[in-house]
Amino acid sequence: MKVTDRLSRGLEAPICLTWELTYGCNLSCVHCLSSSGRRDPRELTTDELFAVVDELAAMQVFYVNIGGGEPTLRPDFFALLDHCVASKVGVKFSTNGSRITPAIARRLASTDYVDVQISIDGADAATNDAIRGVGSFDVATAAMRKLADAGFGEFKVSVVVTRDNVEQLDDFLALTEGYGAQLRLTRLRPSGRGADVWDQLHVTAEQQRVLYHWLLDHPTVLTGDSFFHLSALGEPLPGLNLCGAGRVVCLIDPVGDVYACPFVLHDQFKAGSVRDAGGFTKVWRESALFTELREPDSAGACASCGSYDACRGGCMAAKFFTGLPLDGPDPECVHGHGEAALLAASARPETGSGHSRRAPVLVPLSRRVGAG
Amino acid sequence: MTRYALHPQVGLRTETFGALAYHYGNRRLTFLNDDTLVTVVRSVGDHDDVESALDAAGVPAARRDVYRSALARLAEAEVLVDLAGVESSGDVAR
Ligand code: SF4
Ligand code: SF4
Repeated sequence: MKVTDRLSRGLEAPICLTWELTYGCNLSCVHCLSSSGRRDPRELTTDELFAVVDELAAMQVFYVNIGGGEPTLRPDFFALLDHCVASKVGVKFSTNGSRITPAIARRLASTDYVDVQISIDGADAATNDAIRGVGSFDVATAAMRKLADAGFGEFKVSVVVTRDNVEQLDDFLALTEGYGAQLRLTRLRPSGRGADVWDQLHVTAEQQRVLYHWLLDHPTVLTGDSFFHLSALGEPLPGLNLCGAGRVVCLIDPVGDVYACPFVLHDQFKAGSVRDAGGFTKVWRESALFTELREPDSAGACASCGSYDACRGGCMAAKFFTGLPLDGPDPECVHGHGEAALLAASARPETGSGHSRRAPVLVPLSRRVGAG
Repeated sequence: MTRYALHPQVGLRTETFGALAYHYGNRRLTFLNDDTLVTVVRSVGDHDDVESALDAAGVPAARRDVYRSALARLAEAEVLVDLAGVESSGDVAR
């Protein structure tokens, strides 16, 4: 049986579970997928967080990807981390690095069950800070230095690939390896505040081809399978090469709502809440939305494409937030079908300003959503 | 004689198609797509050698080679540890 068929029958528990602990963040990156900024008063309490971990342990979820917002801003963050480790739920957490002290770095280095991912979006301060805010590059690289000095080993450096930083792939790799870390590249999706900047920042068709060949030449670079739409260019990239939303992947947001994937924070993709009777387990195994997402895909307008097996129509979130039909080509379809579809797309769904503190200012915005 | 055990850093989760194995050290995920293989993987550490684990799981003679090579691949992926190899080479860190 093919992996895709196995996965579509549904797994007992997700493989890639993202858990965003807070909408609070001390940065306001222009492309933030969760429009983070201010904490939400309805965020899960410490007791509720611990109960979710107990449930994940009972379901044998191997590890969670913890993010936010900036997860380390929660005062109970390290207590939660300890509870995960004690429950044998591995943790990889994403951070902008601002709270990593030498002592914290040593503590993180002391267990196999914790992995750390530091985000940057440029290989130099100018490129990075245009996206993530003034000073953020220095903060992130200082955290990398502390982790390296603490003997952490291979932590991750995570980069969202954009039109402005795609020329720096070799520099990112050199920077990362300089700290003994592993580079992770992910795709810019038009989600959260990313919707406001996607038109200007998503990579061009030519840049996509360069990126594809670079990824083939650097198989140890991690991608979270996020560029599988590029597999339509030829030899497939390593990974499952399918949209895992609701099948392999899901998101628990700071207030406990469960979504099909971290990039679809929208009512249409909300499956339930960990606060509902039956908890996360019931949402994962029985929700109507996830059951529907596990049905075989319909190829729609991609049916006649010779690359469908490689690309499977691409990313659901990218299509949804650019107003394209979910059963047609990805907006960044390597054969140009997305570009054509975008010329006559539906109105893009309203994303609202989420928890943004203010409209991020460093990149000129083509479009402002909500009150900012 | 080949003797395996489940790697101490590996978690196994039963799934409808068999099981998923996750290695907390190298953070790799492996699909085990066969219930009998899952039974062998779970129990192999309790047996003195692979053959007796295969006997206990009722693997017929004609299918032995398939299972032996599947187990060898799982050892390469560090889902299993090769205890005989560890003892003879003295290299516990592999
Ligand atoms: S919607 Fe896009 S980002 Fe989410 S799982 Fe599918 S392909 Fe990945
Ligand atoms: S037409 Fe559809 S399946 Fe073909 S490459 Fe484009 S997005 Fe992928």
